[in-house]
Amino acid sequence: MPVKTLFVDPSRCIGCRACEAACRECDSHKGESMVMVDFVNRGMSVATQPTVCMHCEDPLAPCAQVCPVMAILITPDGVVQQADPSRCIGCRNCVYACPFGVPKFDVKARLMKKCNLCYDRTSQDLKPWCAQVCPTQALWYGNYEEFINQREGHAVNLTAFGTQSVRTKVYQVLPEETPLLDLAALLDEARAKGERGAGNQPREEAWVL
Amino acid sequence: MSVNKDFFQPERDFNYDFQSTGKPPTGWSEAARVPETLVPTHCCFCGVQCGMFLRVANGKVIGVEARDFPHNRGSLCPKGVVAYQQVDHPDRLRYPMIRRGGKTGELERATWDEAMDYIVSRWKQIQAEHGNDAVAVYSGSSMTNEKCYVMGKFARVALRSRNIDYNGRLCMSSSAVAYARAFGIDRAPLPMTDIPLTHCMLAVGVNIAECFPIVMQWVWRARDKGAHLIVIDPRETPLARTADLWLPVRPGTDEAVINAMLRQVIVDGLVDEVYLKERTNGWEEVRAAVEPFTPEEAQWLSGVPAERIVAAARLYGRAATSLIMHGKGIEHSSHGVDSCLACINLALARGQVGKPGGGTMMITGQGNGQGGREVGQKANQLPGYRHIDVPEERQYIADFWGIPVEELPWEGAAAPEMIHLMNDGEIKSCLIACSNLMVSLPENEVVKRALQRVDPLIVVDFFLSETAELADVVLPGTVWCEDEGTTTNLEGRVIKINRAADPPGESREDWRIVTELAQRLGRGQFFPYQSAREIWDELRNASRGGKSDYYGITWEKIDEQGGVFWPCPSLDHPGSPRLFTEHFGHPDGKAKMFPIPYKPPAEEPGKDYPFRLTSGRVVYHYLTGNQTRRLGFLNSQAPEPWVEIHPQAAARLGIVTDEVVRVRTPRHSMELKALVVPTIRPDTLFIPYHYGHEHSVNQLTNPAVEPNVKIPEYKACAATVEKLSAPAAPSGPGDVTINFTPENAPKMFPYEVGETKEQPEKESKTF
Repeated sequence: MPVKTLFVDPSRCIGCRACEAACRECDSHKGESMVMVDFVNRGMSVATQPTVCMHCEDPLAPCAQVCPVMAILITPDGVVQQADPSRCIGCRNCVYACPFGVPKFDVKARLMKKCNLCYDRTSQDLKPWCAQVCPTQALWYGNYEEFINQREGHAVNLTAFGTQSVRTKVYQVLPEETPLLDLAALLDEARAKGERGAGNQPREEAWVL
Repeated sequence: MSVNKDFFQPERDFNYDFQSTGKPPTGWSEAARVPETLVPTHCCFCGVQCGMFLRVANGKVIGVEARDFPHNRGSLCPKGVVAYQQVDHPDRLRYPMIRRGGKTGELERATWDEAMDYIVSRWKQIQAEHGNDAVAVYSGSSMTNEKCYVMGKFARVALRSRNIDYNGRLCMSSSAVAYARAFGIDRAPLPMTDIPLTHCMLAVGVNIAECFPIVMQWVWRARDKGAHLIVIDPRETPLARTADLWLPVRPGTDEAVINAMLRQVIVDGLVDEVYLKERTNGWEEVRAAVEPFTPEEAQWLSGVPAERIVAAARLYGRAATSLIMHGKGIEHSSHGVDSCLACINLALARGQVGKPGGGTMMITGQGNGQGGREVGQKANQLPGYRHIDVPEERQYIADFWGIPVEELPWEGAAAPEMIHLMNDGEIKSCLIACSNLMVSLPENEVVKRALQRVDPLIVVDFFLSETAELADVVLPGTVWCEDEGTTTNLEGRVIKINRAADPPGESREDWRIVTELAQRLGRGQFFPYQSAREIWDELRNASRGGKSDYYGITWEKIDEQGGVFWPCPSLDHPGSPRLFTEHFGHPDGKAKMFPIPYKPPAEEPGKDYPFRLTSGRVVYHYLTGNQTRRLGFLNSQAPEPWVEIHPQAAARLGIVTDEVVRVRTPRHSMELKALVVPTIRPDTLFIPYHYGHEHSVNQLTNPAVEPNVKIPEYKACAATVEKLSAPAAPSGPGDVTINFTPENAPKMFPYEVGETKEQPEKESKTF
């Protein structure tokens, strides 16, 4: 049976934070949100990026590797769980080890917290809350074959940090290399066949990107 | 578009909360929140009306669960996810309140009997002294069809007043009238699920990503199939960010761009002449009218580079199937109807309307914006989209209600005009339900003065809104899931809201409040309702034979089919998801085309007010924010308004992000934080409109209205922005370009009650 997992496509994210709101509805974290949405640089663009746990597969999840008390357990289907409250000693090794900046340390609870892919829902064949509600399906849950049949973009699950690469259960979606539309050609055509003669075209307003 | 949280709390160095801040508590601390039942229903917010389940335990709503409904496929936006938190919210109104000490007194707890007796005795006295029309009803469109229908009937049968209107006036009246004039039927002609069938989408003045997030998944389905996307918007919205072409238009000048696109489509020979000949009237006039709109002329008027207009016209015109989606950006305008008609002209010229996935689609804003305007609470309408000026339709409804036709009042004042009638003392008392005028109407100061002159002002709401704060009597109503009924979403799909909890405290369903008032007014025999279902059955019959025929839509059929599209004229009729496939709603079956000249906004920048100010929504809030500003998660994301300003303009004025600046228009000024971003035109300012009191952008906006439908021009007025250290110049007329004023505009307020309309204006409403 194909493995269902999460696909993250930041180009579709509209920054609505429905995932954050819905994550709080999940039984496994009871009112706390384990997904983050951030503006990449609001001073430049409205682009936003959702961050979820990538559930590293190979090498074994760095957060679990550095845990001195083996509090971070991994299920047989590759879901990296949050720290087991009975084991976690609050050392925060995992927070520093994660290459994606996902685990958060809850000072009050003295416990590392992170996404466990809504294990209570996915184990019952429901989608994780974030992908369930995502209005644009920037967060999408399903298997790889379904994804590439339905959607544009390249799904990749290998992230390189310098010389080291991490293969993750969760996929990031990159845009198509060749845009569908040759916009430059369309604008050139508009200029060439425009009603006015060539050479005396007013310049585009400088601020238009 | 919103911002990271450090904008509101500059000391914070991260954007992430484990838990929502503020109230209401989510309930996790007390219980595991295991539901006993899942109640199928829909979201209470925008016009999409997403399907959802409410998790219920011990008679209490404890959460939400996804529901795979045909148009939202289990998705919800953040508003939908936390909507359930309104149910047991600590701010809920639980008992009636009266201001016993007069206007200067406090609101004090009262019994229902006392409140009702007071209202009815005052109303009887006012109506005896000043006539029936001195008592008005100002209703809303975020209620079920049943409630909207009862409001209209209450005003006309129980109060016998002509003055009833609703807040949909501020929302959809432009496109409603445009569609009725062009097509003969006011409804989006196709369901959302048709969007993936299109090859090119043109979004005009509609920020789908933030205002209708769920529609985005259909846009993306189309994009995945290779459809192109063109966006016309003064801001680079999240929709525009991913578009093939973004046409950054000056607010209020969209007509120039649309007309120039149509001209280019003609020049390129992309017009569907056969379709135009067979299915439309008036094409030759339109062809002649767009001739002056060369790309260069449109660039001059709208600020969009001519090349982009030509490129957009070709991208749109060459697509086999193309869809225009339009929204408030072009509708909140003193020429809103014309702007919508310009879009319709373009779609008709390409022969698109009536095709699966093609044509035009209005994106209705309010929850029941579509239903609210069909069931008879609009000043000029009776149930079934019947017109109050048409003798046969008047007669039908009068007979149906069992009153003599001469007792049925004529058309009354439109919502913005009611304010002026209140100010002039013609409306002495007003019942406001489901509306927050103190945030939603332009020129808040004028609105406040008017409302303070109304005695008694009665407000039905479930939270104490900015308007309820001014009321003499406040009656506690119910939130959506404490009642059942139907709404009609932006596709024309009638859906069913189910009851998941009992009203808290002494609060009552709005229709029970109104029914009780009718009984005490001695008109109880016309309001014999014991349940919402009885009202629905009456409404179905009232709409029978009308344009929006609900007769065949039973609650059972809604459940079976996943919603039913009107018109549905008989019990075995499946409903009509697509309209105009063979003929339009006019008697000859053809669409009408209207030549659209360019009209500027009523007020344009001048030396003293060099910017154009526009307003709009953010994704976390709904309309006046009376609901969403009380929900911790939503409010923490956008607790206060800000002004978006382009870096070039900001650098010239020495303004930086986070700085509190003063925005001034000829009417008023307000102080708020600046957000310096390149995602807006350098000559434009943007402020979100969901906030009250000193945070309301409607202190600044222009009260000019569309002459026919009276929709205010929220989306364009002249403004200036300055540092706080600048000397505080008083807001005053100054140097602005006034194109259109109450004095020189035809049929603008003050509104003469009982005026006889001129024939063209009457025709525009008679359909």
